[in-house]
Formats: sequence, structure tokens, C-alpha cells
Amino acid sequence: MSFERTREKLKILADAAKYDVSCSSSGSKRANTNKGLGNATGMGICHSYTEDGRCVSLLKILLTNYCIFDCAYCVTRKSNDIQRAAFKVQEVVDLTINFYRRNYIEGLFLSSGIFKSPDYTMERLVSVAKKLRLEENFNGYIHLKSIPGASDELMREAGLYADRLSVNIEIPTEIGLKKLAPEKKREDFVKPMLKVKNEIIQYKNEKKLIKSTPKYAPAGQSTQMIVGASGESDFQIMYTSNFFYKNYNLKRVYYSGYVPISYDDRLPKIGSEVPILRENRLYQTDWLLRFYGFEVNEILNETHPHLDLDIDPKLSWALRNRHEFPVDINTADKRMLARVPGLGMKSVYKILNARRFRRLNWDHLKRIGVALSRARYFIICDSSDFERADISSESLKGIILQNSKTKYNNTLNNQLSLF
Amino acid sequence: MHGANLIYDGTFDGFLSTVFTVYEQKLSNVTIQNETHSQSLLFAETEFIPTNETQAKRVWKGLIKHLTFREASVVFYAFLSEQPNVENILLDYIQYIFKNEKGAGEDFSHPSVLKIAQIAKQVGREKHRMEAFVRFRLTKDEIYFAGIEPDFNVLPLILSHFKKRYADQKWLIYDIKRKYGIYYDLHSVEMINIDFPDTFDFTKTDETYFSEAEFDFQKLWKSYFRSSNIEERKNMKLHIQHVPKRYWKYLSEKQPD
Ligand code: SF4
Repeated sequence: MSFERTREKLKILADAAKYDVSCSSSGSKRANTNKGLGNATGMGICHSYTEDGRCVSLLKILLTNYCIFDCAYCVTRKSNDIQRAAFKVQEVVDLTINFYRRNYIEGLFLSSGIFKSPDYTMERLVSVAKKLRLEENFNGYIHLKSIPGASDELMREAGLYADRLSVNIEIPTEIGLKKLAPEKKREDFVKPMLKVKNEIIQYKNEKKLIKSTPKYAPAGQSTQMIVGASGESDFQIMYTSNFFYKNYNLKRVYYSGYVPISYDDRLPKIGSEVPILRENRLYQTDWLLRFYGFEVNEILNETHPHLDLDIDPKLSWALRNRHEFPVDINTADKRMLARVPGLGMKSVYKILNARRFRRLNWDHLKRIGVALSRARYFIICDSSDFERADISSESLKGIILQNSKTKYNNTLNNQLSLF
Repeated sequence: MHGANLIYDGTFDGFLSTVFTVYEQKLSNVTIQNETHSQSLLFAETEFIPTNETQAKRVWKGLIKHLTFREASVVFYAFLSEQPNVENILLDYIQYIFKNEKGAGEDFSHPSVLKIAQIAKQVGREKHRMEAFVRFRLTKDEIYFAGIEPDFNVLPLILSHFKKRYADQKWLIYDIKRKYGIYYDLHSVEMINIDFPDTFDFTKTDETYFSEAEFDFQKLWKSYFRSSNIEERKNMKLHIQHVPKRYWKYLSEKQPD
């Protein structure tokens, strides 16, 4: 491999891939076989962090940034005046193996612009994964992008070698898609997703009968939506997200604050701020839906189409639903405990465990490590000392904000400090 | 009361042998010290306890009976912290465990149980960091080499992770502070000591020792690292929180050009 040329390509094709925020390398177990290379334990490792604070776990690159499409929100779009490059299949294999051997990465995340046709592109992505698995005996993590419009056969093959497959919906609404990527249709995204979903189900069923059935995309599917490029509301984003979680068994939906990359007047201007806080609120909402038993319409609906930026979505819900509180820590069920602002699931389990032995008071709660700064306004326990319940939601919000100023200034990171 | 000062050789088995002695001789008011750090004991009466594998095994078996596997490994983790006095907290912990029914390992209201759990947690964090931050560099004799300087003695803990992952390459991870390494020769992993030349600089990749391709891959990795950053989202505070500065020395992506 000619080093200088490869370095040039790597710069261009890593730069073009960085807007894909998924970096997860977890959820797939692939044991080292025949003394090969690599061993995925199911736990992802972040080997480093970029200066923007994001986890570096995979070699995340495009196979090429040549593209026949012209999606307005994308740096790789046909009409954009940028340097283009394309890796050879073997180059990607060599880079992955050599980075992996040095313990830089957990594996490869390979995406691509669409050159010639969707199938032509997908075929190359698949052949990288196939080479890694069959020729290099590589057991690290592989995430392939499903190219919209790729054939069912290729998608089936892709899942045999990849741990995860993803298609990015990017634009949450069909209207937005029509405006920003008129050549693209929702069906094109959905088709490979549907194929992968069905294959996963089928392989799982076969596995029950025949032990030796190979793995098929063991880490499942994910997708990503761009936030703030098409004037969509949080309501629209989360409904779309919910729809895809439910109908395509997605493992994750990622939200990526739009980074202005174009003078196109359909889009936010260059230099306008990346909506990082909004992105964080969407992740919090996503967690509430997946792990805290909330329904999407409780948090976002026609009358409340946007998430508050100054407070997290659970607190916001609680302030709108004061009639549900206070919650009695000693008798409430898990569902209600999980709805108390400031209580994470860990605290909920600590409470459930500790109250089997005794009735809990403020002191007990503190001792088992439950943070009360926000929760105390919404709970009662085995004590006669409570916060006043007759405070208006408006003033309560003020008090809580005052108490936790610094915390909110620190929420400028997307996946951490969720509650 | 008559106190005893017991010295052991610094190994885990040595420590367990000392615990055995405490029980066998029914000693009370005991202080245990690692031979390499023991000072200030010149005045007191001290006794050196030799390592005895059979005794060590008996203590360990006893622990396993009283603890879950996870809790027992906490004892080993805490031991590897090398924190001053950790042996004596461990002794107190072990005595408490042996005195009580199974389940005492979860009793965090006991100060030693809580302390040992906290120390073990820190060691566990360092173990994960090292699994992430080891950067192998290919030497001229085809060995993937990494130098590390972990806060705690975590080589014994990361050994199996690397053995499973890099089964088809020779590798050596060397703890610069503690002056020993673990070496995998395609068959098994061994602890080894190495005499490095005085001029050897662990932070530099030197042509005398490292393969030619190594230079290229480090440059490629550095380019990659830089290109994957989104300038508009830059957040150095968060960056440093995840990658504390003391680890930068041995991270290839953090080396100057
Ligand atoms: S098809 Fe994909 S790579 Fe091409 S312009 Fe659209 S989003 Fe970008």
C-alpha cells in the first residue's frame, strides 16, 4: 500500500464519515476462533476520545465520497466542490487489521457515498467484511452501512459478516426529505431495513433448531437522524424514532445535531451553532421511552411539540403533571419511582432493594446513595419533614434551576450525564 | 497486648500465607508489611513469613466458600492497588468474612468491606483504561510492544483480555514503573523482566528498535484521529475528562509530529 496516497485518502474519507455519530462497538459476542485475530466480548471499548469528546472505538470511514446523489445536508453530495477519493477494498482491510493489531480500535465502521449504483456500492462494502472474516480470520467488530436501494441478496450476505447494519434516515419527515433530497424516497431506506429485520428473525428461529446456524448481524440495526436541518419539531423526530424502534426492532436511534456545511439556503447558514443541547434532550427522551416506561405522547404531543432546553424532559413532564406527585418512596411501584425527576434506574433499584428491610427515611436514602437535590420535591418517605407541595410548577422550576446551575452548564455532551 | 509485625515478599500468595500464619498462630494486633516498602520497623520485632503455596490456597479456598466469585476477586483487585496499609484493611476484611455467615461481603456498613470495595473499584477502572490505552508498536523482531505506567499493578488483570484478543501475534506489555512485563509468544503468557538499555526512551519510536511500517501506521492513526474530530463541537474539558493528561505520554495519537 502506498503510504502517502493512503494517508491522503484516509484524511478525506475519515473527515467525510465523522458526521455519523454512532460509535458503538458493543452488543456482539464473537469469540476468537482458531487462534485468529480479535475477540469481541460484547462490551465496547473506547480506545480514545476526539477533542470534541466523542468515543473513538471504530475505524470510521467511507469507502468513497464519490456520490451520484445530491442530498443537500450531506458533505459528500454531488454538487459539493470537495476533494474526492476512493479506497480499494484491500486498503480498507489492511488499515483495519493494522489498527486493530496495535489496539487502536475495536473494529471497522464502513459507510460510503453511492457510486454507479446502490448494488455496486453495497457489493464492495460486503466484500471488505467478507475478506476480513474469511481471509484475515478477524473477530473484531464490523458495522456496515446498508446502502438505500441495495438488493435483498446483498443485504442478506452483509449480515453474515457484519455485526451491525444501519441505514440512516437522516431527515425525520417525508416533507423534509422531499425538500432536501428530492431524488430519494423513504421506501429506499426502509427496504434494506425490512430485509435485515426479517433475516434476523429468521436466523434466530433457525438457531433454535440448528445450533450451527451462523450469526446474522448479532448487534442488530441502528439508524441516525439529523437534528435541526429541515425545520422539524422534536415531536416529529421522536415519533419517527418511535415508529422505527417499534416496526424494525432497531437497537439504537442516534441523533446528530446538524453541523452547517453548505451555503444552500434551504439549510441553516454556515457558522450557525450546532444544536448540541437539543441533541442531548432528544437522547434523554429516547432513554425515557426505552428504559423508563414512558410513552412518546406523554412527553411530546401537538400542544407540546418541543422539548424544553433549560430542563430535562422528565422534570418537564413532572412539572406538567403535578397531580401524580408526591410519590411515596415506601409504597410506590417501580413504574412511578422511575418517573420521579432526578431518580435514575440505578436509584430506583436501590430503593426497591433497601425498602424490603425497613421503611426508608431521608437519611436512609442518602446513605444508599440516592441523589435528592431534585427528587425531594416530588417524594415523601418515612419522615414528617417534607418540601411544601403547594408551590407552583413555575416557582418550583425556578428553585430547581437555581440549585443545579452548574450541572446544566455541563450538559453539553451528548450521551453522558443523561439524568 | 503483644503485637506482631509480619513481613511478606510482596506477592499475593505471600500475603495469603501471612494471613494463614495469623490464623495458625492465633495472632492478634497484627501489622502486615510488604518487604519492599517496609521501613520504620527497625525497632519493632518483625518476622518474615515465607510464601507457601499450600497455605495460600487454603486461605483462598476458605474465602471462596464465604464469598461469591465476584467478591473474592475484589480481594485480589484491592491487593493489586498497592496502597499503603491495604494489607491490613484486607486482613480486617478477611477476618470479618470468616467470622460471619455468607453474605457478609455485601455488608457495606462495615468500614473495611466498604473500603475494600472502593479500592477495588478504582483498580477496576484502571484495568479498563489500560485495556483501552495500550498502544502496541511493532518492533524489528516482530513483537508488538507497549509500555504502560498504570496507577496500580494491573498487568495480572489485563493479561487474559489481551491473550484472547491477540492470539496470532507476539506481544509484550511492559509496566515501566514496576519494571516487569507480560509476554505472549503465540503459546502462553509469561511474566518477564527485561534490562532496557539506558538510552531507551519508552515514549519514542526509535528506528533502531521499531519496524519501518510502524512509523507509517502511527502517522496514519494520527491523521485518522485528527480527521475524525468535529471542530464545531470541540470540547477539551470533556476530552481531558475521558483521557486524563497523565496517560498522553504513551498514546500514539497524542505524540507530537
Ligand atoms: S446518497 Fe448518501 S452520500 Fe450521497 S449525497 Fe446523499 S446522503 Fe450523501
